[in-house]
Amino acid sequence: MSDFFTLAFLFSALTAATPLMFAALGGLFSERSGVINIALEGLMLSGAFTAAVVTYQTGNPYLGLLAGIGAGIATAAIYAVAVINFEADQVVAGMAINFLMLGLPALISGVIYDSTGSTPQIDQAHKIPIIFGGLSYATILAFVCVALSWYVLYKTPFGLRLRAVGENPGAADAAGVNVVGLRYTAVIISGLLASIGGAFLSTGQSSLFTRGMTAGRGFIALAALILAKWKPVPVLFACLFFGFTEALTIQIQSAPWAKIGDEPMPVQFIEMIPYVLTIVVLAGFIGLSRAPKALGLPYRKES
Amino acid sequence: MNILREVFSPLLAVIAAFIVGGIIVLLIGDDPLAAYSLLLSNSFGSVRDIGWTLHYATPLIFTGLAVAVAFRCGLLNIGAEGQLYVAAFATAWVGIKFGGVAVKTLVDGKMVDQDWSWASLPGFLLVPMCVLAAVIAGGIWGAIPGILRAKFGSHEVINTIMLNFVAIALVGYLTQYHFKVPGDPILQTAPIGEAARIPRLNEFFPFISHDVPLNVAFLLALLMCVLVYIFLWKTKWGYELRAVGENPSAAEYGGISPKKQIIIAMTISGALAGMVAIGEVLGTRYNYYHDFSAQWGFLGIAVALLGRNHPLGVLITAIFFGVLLRGEIFVDGFTRYVSKDLGFVLQAIMILFVACFQKFARR
Repeated sequence: MSDFFTLAFLFSALTAATPLMFAALGGLFSERSGVINIALEGLMLSGAFTAAVVTYQTGNPYLGLLAGIGAGIATAAIYAVAVINFEADQVVAGMAINFLMLGLPALISGVIYDSTGSTPQIDQAHKIPIIFGGLSYATILAFVCVALSWYVLYKTPFGLRLRAVGENPGAADAAGVNVVGLRYTAVIISGLLASIGGAFLSTGQSSLFTRGMTAGRGFIALAALILAKWKPVPVLFACLFFGFTEALTIQIQSAPWAKIGDEPMPVQFIEMIPYVLTIVVLAGFIGLSRAPKALGLPYRKES
Repeated sequence: MNILREVFSPLLAVIAAFIVGGIIVLLIGDDPLAAYSLLLSNSFGSVRDIGWTLHYATPLIFTGLAVAVAFRCGLLNIGAEGQLYVAAFATAWVGIKFGGVAVKTLVDGKMVDQDWSWASLPGFLLVPMCVLAAVIAGGIWGAIPGILRAKFGSHEVINTIMLNFVAIALVGYLTQYHFKVPGDPILQTAPIGEAARIPRLNEFFPFISHDVPLNVAFLLALLMCVLVYIFLWKTKWGYELRAVGENPSAAEYGGISPKKQIIIAMTISGALAGMVAIGEVLGTRYNYYHDFSAQWGFLGIAVALLGRNHPLGVLITAIFFGVLLRGEIFVDGFTRYVSKDLGFVLQAIMILFVACFQKFARR
């Protein structure tokens, strides 16, 4: 038990937090502009699948990452058209994107690799490289993205407009802000960031894409976003905390001391933490988590 | 004319989805018409085909009704998946605890029949108890986000999503540590007592072949379509529920409590989703099997939307989805490239299109 909280454990927590950070930051941009993003899971999956395929084919993780980002942006664009132009219900359209990304990668990989379950294994040398001790460059990038997101959101005119659109699109519009254009940009950014998170899952943390491999991480990222009250720096801490719980479940499952009879100690209760915490926070038991005012409301220009 | 208008946008969504899906099939390098004919023409050819199609449709009728009832009250229940998981486990639990179940267990190197149950009740008591367990468990799991919405104003969408994960983890734990037959590599409970089983339809209609698990839960699903219709449009309670969905502040002004209606709607919604357990646990698998749901809770959203949140529409859409689920197996086997995921992709595109075309109002 003495070797429980080692450096290796810290690194595994950071690694687990990495895809969450990208996805949650992606959600942050979209939701601060007033567009709900239930589709994070699907955006991550599109990035993960495309990155895995392109990395496997070219042997270059950077090309894979770029392709993954492209797929994430394309998926986000579909979502943006649905919810911004067609004013589709944002939750329903988001679920549809998630559904699509459960089926479509399987359909495509069935054609290319004759296997709907997973893509072939990427060579270890072709994965997103590691700095030391299992810590990936992607983790560093995630931290940089947090700082960058904070700067963009609070220190640039773009960020100011974005926040204004999320709170009061009518007033922002009257002040000359292009509401539709800004929301498009925000949703595209969320596709970009979430797909980096997905690409890291399939070409960094593991070395192949498996069907539905995000396993709810898009929703944990959403939970982190709510817990962090839609602010970038708290998002970092929420993701680190959830990464810590994920690392803990892995540690417990593999630790020889954590056994009850023949079965490993139950990890289900640790797995529940992010979800239960979100419910508790939303109910206002731990400070009020206030969403951007115009979240979920389509904007129609008054003529 | 009114019916035409109701049917227009779902029909358009289906056609558009098939066009986009056809393009995808074409890009993949297969013949879309051949794929679609496999997808659509294997569902009603024989009694056996019809039986399978209706069997696939049954859980979707329940979850479609569940989402529709909540939607009529202005709520989006994304939690049907969690509600049906909890219900399925509760049903299996009652079926084991009161079904006289003995499980072979290794004690001191010998296999011994260990009695897991408290009682061995006859079927006429046990089946209603199991059914009630499904309805109550699903109802409670649905009521939680309802209460949270009514008392704390927290959004039911987020809460139902979170409760799905909590539900699956919770019943996964209970199954793994308390109700699994020792040594079973599969995450599933011990089988329920024989008396808890509900009859399959081939027991009444011998012309339905033995391998079709279609059971009386399908008849219950049909009955629920009628009951939900009567409830929503022919009773005072249904009227109040819909009034809140149409305009909560006007309803409140008219003396209806939106908070109460939200809790009622979510409870009924959860109970309907929970009824999936009846057909699956008592009529098909005879135990609780983890991962038993093929995304029925989420497909219920599509069924309700395409069915315009009306029981008749839900029934028709659920059977249509049953056709797709039946057909995708043939697509998988008889095309060169296209896998059964085509059905899944089509459903996703349909949801997206129906959401785009409807512009339905939400608060």
